[in-house]
Amino acid sequence: MVSVARIQPDEGETHYHVRAGTEGAIIDAENFNLFYGRKQALFDITLSVPRGLVCALIGPSGCGKSTFLRCLNRMNDLIDNVTINGTMRIEGRDLYDPGIDVIALRKRMGMVFQKPNPFPMSIFENVVYPLRIDGVRDRNLLEETCERALRGAALWDEAKDRLKESALSLSGGQQQRLCIARAIAADPEVLLMDEPCSALDPIATSKIEELIDELKGRYTIIIVTHNMQQAARVSDNTAFMYLGRLIEFGETEIMFTAPKVTKTLDYVTGRFG
Amino acid sequence: MPPDSGLALTPTAAPRGASRPTDLLARGEPFLWGLGGALGFGVMMIAGFLLLVLWNGIATFYPRPIHVVTLVNGDVLAGEPTRTESFRPPAAEVAALPPSTQVTVATKLGFADRTLYRTGNFDLYGDDFRWVTDYAIARITTPPDLYLFERLEWGPFIGRIKSVDLAGATFDAGGIPLERLAVAHDEARRRWRQIREIEHDEIGRVNQQIESERLALRKMELGAGAHTPEYTDAAGRTEARVAAMTREYEGLAARAAALKAENARYTIALADIKGREKLLPLAEIMRFYPANDLSIFGKLGVYVSRWGEFLTAEPREANTEGGVFPAIFGTFAMTLLMVIAVAPFGVITALYLREYATQGRLVSVVRISVNNLAGVPSIVYGVFGLGFFAYIVGGTIDEVFFPERLPNPTFGTGGLLWSALTLALLTVPVVIVATEEALAAVPRSVREGSLACGASKWQTIRRIVLPRAMPGIMTGLILAMARGAGEVAPLMLVGVVKLAPELPIDGIFPYIHFERSFMHLGFHIYDVGFQSRNSEAGKPMVFVTTLLLIALVALMNATAIMVRNRLKQKFSGSQF
Ligand SMILES: Nc1ncnc2c1ncn2[C@@H]1O[C@H](COP(=O)(O)OP(=O)(O)O)[C@@H](O)[C@H]1O
Ligand SMILES: [Mg+2]
Repeated sequence: MVSVARIQPDEGETHYHVRAGTEGAIIDAENFNLFYGRKQALFDITLSVPRGLVCALIGPSGCGKSTFLRCLNRMNDLIDNVTINGTMRIEGRDLYDPGIDVIALRKRMGMVFQKPNPFPMSIFENVVYPLRIDGVRDRNLLEETCERALRGAALWDEAKDRLKESALSLSGGQQQRLCIARAIAADPEVLLMDEPCSALDPIATSKIEELIDELKGRYTIIIVTHNMQQAARVSDNTAFMYLGRLIEFGETEIMFTAPKVTKTLDYVTGRFG
Repeated sequence: MPPDSGLALTPTAAPRGASRPTDLLARGEPFLWGLGGALGFGVMMIAGFLLLVLWNGIATFYPRPIHVVTLVNGDVLAGEPTRTESFRPPAAEVAALPPSTQVTVATKLGFADRTLYRTGNFDLYGDDFRWVTDYAIARITTPPDLYLFERLEWGPFIGRIKSVDLAGATFDAGGIPLERLAVAHDEARRRWRQIREIEHDEIGRVNQQIESERLALRKMELGAGAHTPEYTDAAGRTEARVAAMTREYEGLAARAAALKAENARYTIALADIKGREKLLPLAEIMRFYPANDLSIFGKLGVYVSRWGEFLTAEPREANTEGGVFPAIFGTFAMTLLMVIAVAPFGVITALYLREYATQGRLVSVVRISVNNLAGVPSIVYGVFGLGFFAYIVGGTIDEVFFPERLPNPTFGTGGLLWSALTLALLTVPVVIVATEEALAAVPRSVREGSLACGASKWQTIRRIVLPRAMPGIMTGLILAMARGAGEVAPLMLVGVVKLAPELPIDGIFPYIHFERSFMHLGFHIYDVGFQSRNSEAGKPMVFVTTLLLIALVALMNATAIMVRNRLKQKFSGSQF
């Protein structure tokens, strides 16, 4: 192994291997801080996520990965006492601008949660839910969308004969792919995935990973994962977070083979976490 | 295997429990027995209660034999033995007995047995029941020619058929053609029902029309004034219409009179056990049967026909006889209306409290108050219902919409609607609490899933949260229904009456009469059991009505539970 001079960064300093300029980046955060009440959960995050690529967020539990992800579609609005400062932009538009339409924003940001959360309705209704809430009635459009989304989530072959059945009758892995189908049915620009495989068995996991590979290019994907192999396999860029700070951000290959910061190396080699 | 391999394959240590026995209390067994005992006690009480009601309720209508009891003093009586009990006869009475009987009483520590006979013939005896002490009885026989007649008036008659007069053809005891009698009885009963239909329904309808004509005219008078040309015009037209209706009324009355005259030609003369006679029109006998001469099928026939009457007919004889159909109907309609009122009210309140209101001190206070409402005595709700719904709201409705009927109240007095609303108020805390719990139990993850799809809060609630919480909400409604259907006290103030043969739903426009007072099974139990001229006669009815009320509540709950389970199935898929 090549020996590289490691650095111990000062508090708050991030080491960037790539720094995508603001153009070409779909999302970019600048000195973004978030507080739960008095407790600060995110410190000075500055990060640009390039369009069309897969970006992995790694770091030990409690370091703020989910919090960061939930800032992107403003799910944190649902929690009382959350305050933020700094800027967070999508395509140059401030996400926290008071004039922004949160509902429209969420439609641009599909989200897949850690535990599959299908709705208690049929598979079909689950997939077309984003259209239903927009008041779409056109049967053809609904059916087309359902097929496209299910194919996109690699669930079509398994589900096409049982669209009328309850979504809860699917297995865990199928449910998670259903949730992905639901997320892409609305045709979002960004897919936010918060540990989408942590509740799944290895076969279901590999299916989802293949899926992420297929979706790459069409969507910008930000995925939180605890699984280093997974991060290495599916992502183009990786961000390592620790205690609410972004420690290191760069191309996945570099992050896993020659990280600059000792903490990152320790984490990716499994010495802590 | 070497002894020092480090793997303990055989137990080497002595069993430890033997040296230090576990404290009995520590093992928790006495506690467990206590819990089990408490449960067992509860189950026993409920089972005992149900069994009591079930047994008494089911046995009531089964025909019993008629005993002819000859007493030691030479008196005779005929009646159905109803029940037997032990009692302590007064010392003076015992002293007057023959010595051998005195000894028997003494060996029983001064107690003796007595039997309650239902002798019927209230019009002759002034009483339906008679206690007979065992030692006063000389002989008991069960002659086959004794009949029990269920009459429209005066309760049952027990005795023999003396003679019958079937439209001029008379027959004396001994030569009574029973089959002809049965046919004539059926026909007389059919005519009787026709008469009732004419008098009750058709004449009622004509009267209603005449009344509404009168009211329309009165409204005109109130609006336009009594001396305007329009009024005179309308008065003339009304008069013509009323005259036509009066002619229709007269035609109906004539038809009824003809049927009555026909019925008067069929009579039956009865004689009680001592030969006292009673002449009755055949049409006034509901049913009669030779109690000691019935096959098992005959008895079952009587049993079924009595149940049929009970479930479908109107009450007679101050509610102690006849059926309870209006009460069944009233209970059902009122409960249904209550659920319709309480469901949206409770659910909307709970939705606001749980989903929209900022959870703070104010909401806590509201929540505690709602819970405390469940503990307010129900009669207080009755007083509130009467004062607020009937007098204030109903009074206002009357003034605005029915001025022509005043001073007779329409909505300004107790009625179906006010009863249902009062009970809705009484049961709304149950629904609110259950709904809040059901809403709280909807996982955060599905709510977030919906919001992340870009759904608004209301869309999330309507499409995801409410369906998911539906089984829990149904549970609340079921509890509310059970509570409401069994509640009587407040209803006595806001619309339940002893006798209301007019159902709140019928064929006369507007079909559902929210303002009408109605009968209720719970109140019927109270009325029959404790308010009637003789509570002994009402006792069987109390049990049967209780059985019916329990069955009705159970039926309504079972339906609701079935619906809920259907809903639940939708949400319980195979996970993983
Ligand atoms: N709703 C909340 N209220 C208060 N603190 C929270 C809340 N959610 C998360 N946190 C805190 O914020 C920190 C980051 O949490 P999270 O983003 O969930 O971590 P991760 O997803 O990386 O495991 C943790 O210390 C956690 O305790
Ligand atoms: Mg997390």
